[in-house]
Amino acid sequence: MDKQDLMNAVQSLQEQAQGLAAKAEALAAKVTALDPTGVASAAEAATHTPFLYLFTAFVLACVVGYYVVWSVTPALHSPLMGVTNAISSVIIVGALIAAGPTDMSLSKVFGFIAVVLASVNIFGGFVVTNRMLSMFKKKQR
Amino acid sequence: MEWAGYAYLVAAVCFILALRGLSHPETARNGNRFGIAGMAIAILTTLAMPNVLSYEWIILGIVVGGAIGTFIARKIEMTALPQLVAAFHSLVGLAAVFVAAAAFYAPEEYNIGTAGQIAVGSLVEMGLGTAIGAVTFTGSLVAFGKLQGIVGSKPLSFVGQHPLNAALGILLVALIIALCVTQAPWIFWAIILVAFALGFLLILPIGGADMPVVVSMLNSYSGWAAAGIGFTLANTALIVTGALVGASGAILSYIMCKGMNRSIFNVILGGFGGEVAGATGDGGDDDRPVKSGGPEDAAYMMKNSDSVIIVPGYGMAVAQAQHTLREMADLLKAEGVTVRYAIHPVAGRMPGHMNVLLAEADVPYDEVMELDEINGDFSSTDVAFVIGANDVTNPAAKTDKASPIYGMPILDVENAGQVLFLKRSMASGYAGVQNELFFRDNTTMLFGDAKQMVEKIVKSLKG
Repeated sequence: MDKQDLMNAVQSLQEQAQGLAAKAEALAAKVTALDPTGVASAAEAATHTPFLYLFTAFVLACVVGYYVVWSVTPALHSPLMGVTNAISSVIIVGALIAAGPTDMSLSKVFGFIAVVLASVNIFGGFVVTNRMLSMFKKKQR
Repeated sequence: MEWAGYAYLVAAVCFILALRGLSHPETARNGNRFGIAGMAIAILTTLAMPNVLSYEWIILGIVVGGAIGTFIARKIEMTALPQLVAAFHSLVGLAAVFVAAAAFYAPEEYNIGTAGQIAVGSLVEMGLGTAIGAVTFTGSLVAFGKLQGIVGSKPLSFVGQHPLNAALGILLVALIIALCVTQAPWIFWAIILVAFALGFLLILPIGGADMPVVVSMLNSYSGWAAAGIGFTLANTALIVTGALVGASGAILSYIMCKGMNRSIFNVILGGFGGEVAGATGDGGDDDRPVKSGGPEDAAYMMKNSDSVIIVPGYGMAVAQAQHTLREMADLLKAEGVTVRYAIHPVAGRMPGHMNVLLAEADVPYDEVMELDEINGDFSSTDVAFVIGANDVTNPAAKTDKASPIYGMPILDVENAGQVLFLKRSMASGYAGVQNELFFRDNTTMLFGDAKQMVEKIVKSLKG
């Protein structure tokens, strides 16, 4: 009698375990079905760089700028303005993207104008800075 | 696309090295090369991006712009440097406005949404970048006009000026919020127009001698505008560079303000000089006797001294007297006289203006001293030769609490054995304050055009 009961209990347990295994398999299938969408949404988020990351770069650059600019000798403050003027024209990067598409559009025209303006500045800024710096000479002995 | 991020990082590091090079004249030219390299990397990286497909317009734009820029930078007179820098700042501001407009009309190119459906965060950054860029544009144009002499350099103020500017500022903020909510193109253009007006009105009331601060401030603005656009485009090269330029301009503004012992607000609110002075300065109508001399006296006095310190100011730049001045210094050195130059931080119309002019005239940079370096040496110097400077030597800055320039650091020319003042007339300086030094026993006034007077001194030294 006891033996019979035990056998029955073992059998039911076995059945339960089988059921669980089937459920787990189904769940695993569901998870794998879900997974690709999960990966895709993560990729979507990655193309749009989080603000915090950009802001970190910004704040650190401000700190670096602070120390680097204080180390500039006052005699070279005019060339400093020339160089900062030239490098701030790196905004041409945005202008190039706007002027890049093959189709003509309002935004392409704006991009083109910005490319011209920034180029005046890049070339003008670096050339005039170079002119200034080439004049600073040491005493000839 | 990840490689582009690395390339932009390299460009940003190059820009930092470009500024770092300026810590000494010997490393400065290498620094400039780093700047050029960084710019080339940034441009080439962008051109290699998959969404930049047509190169015809881009190449045309760079060639046309580059030719104009190179031509102007080669031809410009060194004395016209401040207005050139102001003009260049205006271009950066306008370029920022156009890039923002391009991003507003074709947001898909920049991955920030589609027209009318732009991410709110991007709209805020775009709105700020546009507004700062537009203020920089018109503000720099006014600064250019004042430096070039197209617009009167006198401070122009009118009733209700500050409330009007404040109202425009508030309106700008309201428009940026409205832009985020509605995404309407007319609001975008309204932001540009209001910011144009604000930039114009902000700089108009600021007088000519405050231009070092204004030019530095606009330099700073052009950086912040670039950084704002950099956030919109999620471009680290742009953000880092914008921050560097912004910090640089801000520090220069601070140094200039400190050189005049005035707060940045005091300068921006404008109206300094002109009528406000009246505390102790009785203007130019002071009829106490002054000792005036001729070029021969000056030549004799300097030739027979052991040491001379030359103090140049804006008057030297206006008269283009730097070359003749160097000739004079050479003749004195041949007589065994020690000649050095003392530069006040706010001398001229932009930071470091005097240093560049003297360098142009082949004055070795190790003879040119900053205020802190040389101020203690005036007491052991025989002759101080002040050419076209006034307020920066006025001892009232130390003694007269009622004076508008009280507290301003000055060059202690009064401690020198003899002081020669080369001035066009007895007219008071920019601050409208009379200079006590003119009436002292050891001061000799040399009246005339700076260049002609120095030419006569040179002739007298030769003869």
